[in-house]
Amino acid sequence: MGARGSHAAVIPDVDSIRRETGFSQASLLRLYHRFRALDRNKKGYLSRMDLQQIGALAVNPLGDRIIDSFFPDGSQRLDFAGFVRILAHFRPVDEEDPGMRDPKQPEPLNSRMNKLRFAFQLYDLDRDGKISKHEMLQVLRLMVGVQVTEEQLESIAERTVQEADEDGDGAVSFLEFAKSLEKMNIEQKMSIRVLK
Amino acid sequence: MLRGALPLLGLPLAGAETTEEPTREPGSPGEPPPGLALFRWQWHEVEAPYLVALWILVASLAKIVFHLSRKVTSLVPESCLLILLGLVLGGIVLAVAKKAEYQLEPGTFFLFLLPPIVLDSGYFMPSRLFFDNLGAILTYAVVGTLWNAFTTGAALWGLQQAGLVASRVRAGLLDFLLFGSLISAVDPVAVLAVFEEVHVNETLFIIVFGESLLNDAVTVVLYKVCNSFVEMGSARVQATDYLKGVASLFVVSLGGAAVGLVFAFLLALTTRFTKRVRIIEPLLVFLLAYAAYLTAEMASLSAILAVTMCGLGCKKYVEANISHKSRTTVKYTMKTLASCAETVIFMLLGISAVDSSKWAWDSGLVLGTLFFILFFRALGVVLQTWVLNQFRLVPLDKIDQVVMSYGGLRGAVAFALVILLDRNKVPAKDYFVATTIVVVFFTVIVQGLTIKPLVKWLKVKRSEHHKPTLNQELHEHTFDHILAAVEDVVGHHGYHYWRDRWEQFDKKYLSQLLMRRSAYRIRDQIWDVYYRLNIRDAISFVDQGGHVLSSTGLSLPSMPSRNSVAETSVTNLLRESGSGACLDLQVIDTVRSGRDREDAVMHHLLCGGLYKPRRRYKASCSRHFISKDAQERQDKEVFQQNMKRRLESFKSTKHNICLTKSKPRPRKAGRKKKDGVASAEATNGKPPRDLSFQDTAAVILTVESEEEEESDSSETEKEDDEGIIFVARATSEVLQEGKVSGSLEVCPSPRIIPPSPTCAEKELPWKSGQGDQAVYVSSETTKIVPVDMQMGWDQSLSSLESLASPPCTQAPPLPRLPVWPLAAAAAAAEEPTLDLLSDPRPSFAFPPSLAKAGRSRSESSADIPQQQELQPLMGPKDPTRLSPGTANSHWCIQLSRGGLL
Repeated sequence: MGARGSHAAVIPDVDSIRRETGFSQASLLRLYHRFRALDRNKKGYLSRMDLQQIGALAVNPLGDRIIDSFFPDGSQRLDFAGFVRILAHFRPVDEEDPGMRDPKQPEPLNSRMNKLRFAFQLYDLDRDGKISKHEMLQVLRLMVGVQVTEEQLESIAERTVQEADEDGDGAVSFLEFAKSLEKMNIEQKMSIRVLK
Repeated sequence: MLRGALPLLGLPLAGAETTEEPTREPGSPGEPPPGLALFRWQWHEVEAPYLVALWILVASLAKIVFHLSRKVTSLVPESCLLILLGLVLGGIVLAVAKKAEYQLEPGTFFLFLLPPIVLDSGYFMPSRLFFDNLGAILTYAVVGTLWNAFTTGAALWGLQQAGLVASRVRAGLLDFLLFGSLISAVDPVAVLAVFEEVHVNETLFIIVFGESLLNDAVTVVLYKVCNSFVEMGSARVQATDYLKGVASLFVVSLGGAAVGLVFAFLLALTTRFTKRVRIIEPLLVFLLAYAAYLTAEMASLSAILAVTMCGLGCKKYVEANISHKSRTTVKYTMKTLASCAETVIFMLLGISAVDSSKWAWDSGLVLGTLFFILFFRALGVVLQTWVLNQFRLVPLDKIDQVVMSYGGLRGAVAFALVILLDRNKVPAKDYFVATTIVVVFFTVIVQGLTIKPLVKWLKVKRSEHHKPTLNQELHEHTFDHILAAVEDVVGHHGYHYWRDRWEQFDKKYLSQLLMRRSAYRIRDQIWDVYYRLNIRDAISFVDQGGHVLSSTGLSLPSMPSRNSVAETSVTNLLRESGSGACLDLQVIDTVRSGRDREDAVMHHLLCGGLYKPRRRYKASCSRHFISKDAQERQDKEVFQQNMKRRLESFKSTKHNICLTKSKPRPRKAGRKKKDGVASAEATNGKPPRDLSFQDTAAVILTVESEEEEESDSSETEKEDDEGIIFVARATSEVLQEGKVSGSLEVCPSPRIIPPSPTCAEKELPWKSGQGDQAVYVSSETTKIVPVDMQMGWDQSLSSLESLASPPCTQAPPLPRLPVWPLAAAAAAAEEPTLDLLSDPRPSFAFPPSLAKAGRSRSESSADIPQQQELQPLMGPKDPTRLSPGTANSHWCIQLSRGGLL
């Protein structure tokens, strides 16, 4: 552990990052190595290009949106803290009783709601807090592929929105989004084991 | 094939001891009678198949009897009951015949009884769940089975060395290992039978069940290796043999899986080309799967693995390729066969246990085995789970482990394997048989009985059924993509990464190759869910349709043509037809003339009362194609008529309520919501805020005459863009002039009027566009059927019928040639007030003539005569026949989305 600790000390602000994300030192170290590996010109931050270089991301239908989510507020630079902060959404939920947690502390990044919020903002392109039918259609277009016609896609989008839309405003708010998934085990589905 | 099988079934009939059917005494005459016999009893020629059928019949009847009492079956698993029944039957046979008959023969079991069960479980395996837990399943199946076999065998040998097993049991270490290998495998049949009734959560189920399926390879290898070692004699076994044994594990398992996948590929590819011979599609599924089983068996590979992989691998493509009817057939046949085989297996197990000549008892061995298999199973599960939990995202907790340990049921596989032992090579065979029987009975009966209370007591997470929603499906896909992307970013190529890879490969190559082009599209999962939701909506809409729908929805045969329905959704239609048109029933209601109405009344009466003449033009005697024309249409028509009548009677009671209710719509909507039906689509042009759904567009309203109903058969074939049927109609009892105005005020139209047009002054389309079409308007709008419901209905009917041919891209709409029945045209001409209503907007263009559309279809050639036949029915107008006031008048207003086009 001591050896790891000394390695982890390479990471800037390691303690605050750990506190914020809840990653273990080993995970942080691994992520740091990955971060450095992605950072091609050793500039100390990641650019969009760096992420777009990842081959598999290019074919991922949501790849662009996911890359965008790493760059909140239109920034072009992703430092390690931001990198880890995004990935922390996918940390498996700890076993601990939520009641034990200090209520004053903010909800951890890997809570159910934050996981959902991450997914939600992939849909909500214009950041108005609502998934409109148009936004739903865009996602569907990415995901469903060419074999379904545009009209059918539109009707699917419409129906999807209607299904979740509870207040009748023709769009899915975050609460409605979360509600439509309330039966799903998000904590389990939106976690990756290696990100302990 | 059957004949060859029958000796295996062990159903020799020695004389007259068919106890189940004492009346069926084989009274076969020993020598032929001298003259021509009027009556000859040839029992022996039919004996074997007859007995097979009888056994299955007995088993099925027993099942029926068991299920007569819900209480019994809720407490006792069916498998227990069947085993007990088998014991009883075996006892009777023994008592009557003085010797045991009808054993569970290994040959029968492995060649005929086991494959359907395994195919069923493989084919209907939830593949996503299976692969999500593949690691755990494989661990338990391979490591667990090996562990169980070796520890049990070794411990029994130790028991013998300690002198706790009687010295009569002459067995060495190898014999015990052989016994351990056959007794250690968890049995898929038993597990399935018990766990299907205990609804534990899916993960737990798939782990136990997947293990029981996949451990077959290990069991087979272990059994064969040990068996050959025993036969060789332990002295001659060399080191290379052990190595070969290990190698054969891979050969058998991977080989079996490969055989299964090859056949799955063949099967999928074959079904791609069955478009013209739909009738053999189910057969292909069974044949090729069985061929996979036999091939694997022939090559001494794991046959269970082969069929499992075959079913697992082919399902996606086969389901996409074959028609809906074939799908249903496959499903039901598979379930029937599997359930049948399972029943027979358990019954024969019970019967076989009676045969005391086959087994010899040793308490030490029996008790020792029972203890060891339970103990080592539990120990193995705990150890493996501990290791697995280091790698699992969701660890298996203690309760899961208890259920997994306790759910390790042994069954017919073990029994069949132990019967297969060679008594000369394995002198202790009889003891092993007895022990196996006890173990099987103990696990199936005792554990099977107690596992349900145990699961309840431990509060094991149960499986929860919830209906799929589009949101869930879509978001699940999103999550998959997100996770795959995050794994990419993190640089860890884990499960999500590989699944993503596979899906892309599948999409790019496999699906292209194995799926019909037309089917390829609809197999997109999101689309699939959407499609199924639509169908479900339609069906449940029909279920409650009587409450909200007036008869036109049922009787108007305006189902969209079969190849277009599946892809046009409710909302799609809505959207297309929507955009700013007006639905103003009040307006329409005000316009009518007595003459006009009489016509409609007449037509309605005629079409309501008359069945279409049965057409006999096409006598179809093909065995290879199911023709779906005349007969079906006739049936449908009868159905429609019946529904209509029922609805009418219902409505007449409901009518007054509707008149006084000012807000029928929210109520309906609420109910819809509650029922989980069509929660999405509503038709209201301006839905109130309190409604939980909304629809954006108002709908075009086009009014059509009752003649619609007359052109029944042709319309079933018409293009679907003919429109949405909107109904406003009156009931016979209340159709009185005085009430008209009242209804106009109360009827719910305010809710559906878009803001701008309260357009009494606007033109209606039928005058402006293809102006020769008749309009009949209801005087009393008692109900308004939401378009979504109407469409749901249409879709349900037509999708049901269209499923035979999967939807393909819709043909461009036929040229619209408005030809309207004479009578209607005349009526329209006589209807001056309609001009008031005509809406000049282009969106109000009239839908194409249904009759013409029907005719222009080549396949509807048979309809033409009928069309002509029907014309006279529409033609004569006989106002004297019915007085307007008392007439039973139906008015149809057709909402057309064709208007937009």
